[in-house]
Amino acid sequence: MSKAIVLYLHVHQPFRVRHYTIFDVGVDHQYFNDDTPDALTNNQFIIQKVARKSYLPTNQRLLQLLQRHPEFHLSLSITGTVLEQLELWAPDVLESFQALTRTGRVEIVGETYHHSLAFFYSRKEFEAQVDMHRRKVRQLFDQTPRVFRNTELAYNNDLAYWADKAGYKAVLAEGWDKMLGWRSPNFVYQPTYTDNIRLLLKNYKLSDDIAFRFGDKAWSEWPLTADKFAHWLNDTHDADIFNLFMDYETFGEHQWDHTGIFEFLEHLPERWLAGTGNRFLTVSQAADAHPPADRVDAPHTVTWADTERDLSAWLGNSMQTSAIQALYDMERDVLGTGDLALIEDWRRLQTSDHFYYMCTKWFNDGDIHAYFSPYQNPYDAFIAFMNAWHDVRFRLMQKGVQA
Amino acid sequence: MLGWELPPHNSGGLGVACYQLCKALAKKGADIDFVLPYRADHGISFMRITAAHPQSVADVQRAGIAYDSARYTFTDGSAKNLDIFDQQALYEQGVADIARTRPQAYDVVHAHDWLTFRAGLRAREVLGCPLVVHVHSIERDRAGGNSGNPMVREIEGLTFLLADRIVAVSEHTKQLIAQDYDIPLNKISVVHNSIEPNGLDPLDPDNAYRYLAALKAQGYRVVVNVGRLTIQKGLPNLLHAARDVVARAPKTMFLLVGSGEQYFELIQLAADLGLSRNVIFTSFQRGKRWRDAYAIGDLFVMPSISEPFGLTALEAVGYGTPVLVSKQSGVAEVLRNALTVNFWDTRELANKITAVMQNDALRNELHAGVYQEFQKLTWDDSADKLMATFRRHACAASGAAV
Repeated sequence: MSKAIVLYLHVHQPFRVRHYTIFDVGVDHQYFNDDTPDALTNNQFIIQKVARKSYLPTNQRLLQLLQRHPEFHLSLSITGTVLEQLELWAPDVLESFQALTRTGRVEIVGETYHHSLAFFYSRKEFEAQVDMHRRKVRQLFDQTPRVFRNTELAYNNDLAYWADKAGYKAVLAEGWDKMLGWRSPNFVYQPTYTDNIRLLLKNYKLSDDIAFRFGDKAWSEWPLTADKFAHWLNDTHDADIFNLFMDYETFGEHQWDHTGIFEFLEHLPERWLAGTGNRFLTVSQAADAHPPADRVDAPHTVTWADTERDLSAWLGNSMQTSAIQALYDMERDVLGTGDLALIEDWRRLQTSDHFYYMCTKWFNDGDIHAYFSPYQNPYDAFIAFMNAWHDVRFRLMQKGVQA
Repeated sequence: MLGWELPPHNSGGLGVACYQLCKALAKKGADIDFVLPYRADHGISFMRITAAHPQSVADVQRAGIAYDSARYTFTDGSAKNLDIFDQQALYEQGVADIARTRPQAYDVVHAHDWLTFRAGLRAREVLGCPLVVHVHSIERDRAGGNSGNPMVREIEGLTFLLADRIVAVSEHTKQLIAQDYDIPLNKISVVHNSIEPNGLDPLDPDNAYRYLAALKAQGYRVVVNVGRLTIQKGLPNLLHAARDVVARAPKTMFLLVGSGEQYFELIQLAADLGLSRNVIFTSFQRGKRWRDAYAIGDLFVMPSISEPFGLTALEAVGYGTPVLVSKQSGVAEVLRNALTVNFWDTRELANKITAVMQNDALRNELHAGVYQEFQKLTWDDSADKLMATFRRHACAASGAAV
């Protein structure tokens, strides 16, 4: 019996809004250009830091693994906003990603260019961003995404239906118990109401052992070694696939070098492939390899965040919902201007991270939110964002749109 | 003269009032030693300024307010941050030391608000001259109508009993002192705050709130509030009223200039009420941005739950904006051409704001009327009343050394 690890890493950086005040509105239309040294909203500083700590050392190891093990495969999703930043400020990182895909064993997953929640607000805008991303991936990596992931793995029946109609081979989602019931995430499924598409579900326990718990010395399984991890998987008999989905930045940024995360990555393929019949598959290979075990119904939206696994980290309070609603209410006016710079700024503001920074769920989850936020608190994030929104409105007014 | 702050290191109206009052008193011949809790350069020549303790403004501000718990930092086992009560004790000690070095120099001790009251009592003890306390606000004002911090109340209550004379900045405050601390009304004088009509720095032709100016050109109108975002100021009521205003006059923007412990709460409340697009928070501002906030407004609203005076309303008038103030404010006693409401009456607040938003003629008439009153205001009258009080109580019959 053959079992496979499906390793999928998500690469993303937003264009963070600088400390943008009401006195900038109508005066300075640059929201994403903080050049204060070491500022957390200095996008160039952040991406170069993450490049040093995570992208370069991880890609170097991934390339070595691909060269050493012809059976090693993995999948990546890379947002348009991070690709642009790499082109601007870290071209060597972009080249290192291209070196990975040139092996032919690294699959790029499709998503929205701007890492947005547009699916829930404007289907038209959503499709435009998916299309932008597809073109960008073709241009940079010479491949066309065949598997889709929505921002934050936000998934429901509507998304599966859309992705099926759009011709994708599979869609990715969180293997959340409430959606799966008694079923295991370690099989290929098919979403209800669809004809062809497959559903791949993140094994959140195994994934989070690496992504969240790896460096936690209070965790009973610490330290986690590649041997131990491979042993767990070998010991799990009722399984076709192990979907290890996580943020790419797990390696070196969320889990720092000193935790041993790079050694874990270096040794996992060799330890896993030592077992009979053990393989690595990309997401579309996994979808092809097994017939669906069952159909899965997802009437409610499931994401990969927080203990709620819903959209409440982005849309859980009224600051978040009012800000995003204000943004999408502008859609027609912004697109109507035909002003590409204005449209791009509006789209950059759609990136889900902006709303995540406004999250007020402090306890447990809040720790994680605070770690990822460049702002002092959710209120500062909201004010900077709304001021940028006001400036977009100012620019619309200059073009004759009534405020 | 014992005070806690002076411009430009003031956190609010207290420092401005002390500055203006002393300036007017000096003109009447008062010889003033003003003792502050910190050392700083003020560029003031009409009185002597002494630091009770050689520390910076930041050291005092770090101690917070009466609602912060004391913060300790044991970096080397001995360091300890001072809270506001420690700062008060430090000030008292400094003032006592100054009094001892110049025992014959003073006729009256004049102390502004609770932070200086203990020092005032100590100075009277050392100098043997009368204590006049000047009340810009009492704890019930600052606690938004609640009883507030009992440690502060104790100081206020004791001082009001022991002081030779109490001066309140409004009839509103006088009544509150009498009710809250059982002080006979005839022990309390009212000396209203004022403003120097020509003392305001002029406006530039271009306003710092360019976005709001552009919105106004499209028919928007702006409601402005300038002040600390603290429970005393009644701003949640303004936001509740704002929802009703925007429902009727959607082209209304609310500009809230200030910071304080209600900052987060108010941002959240504005979002909860669906007002994220209509309410702008700038946090605390000085100088041009502070002046321009008044100027960009079509109506200045001060919905305070209890406002001993409310200097900001006069500043707004000076910068061309009519005012709506709560009836629980001292400034409502001074102005006749102002809209007034009870602070709790959010429907009436919304009614009056909407009326001004929808009617430029009303806005212009209101301002024309109130501006005439404004131009007649002066600190001279306040200084005269205060000098008379000093003379009545001073050690020496002719004394005016404070």
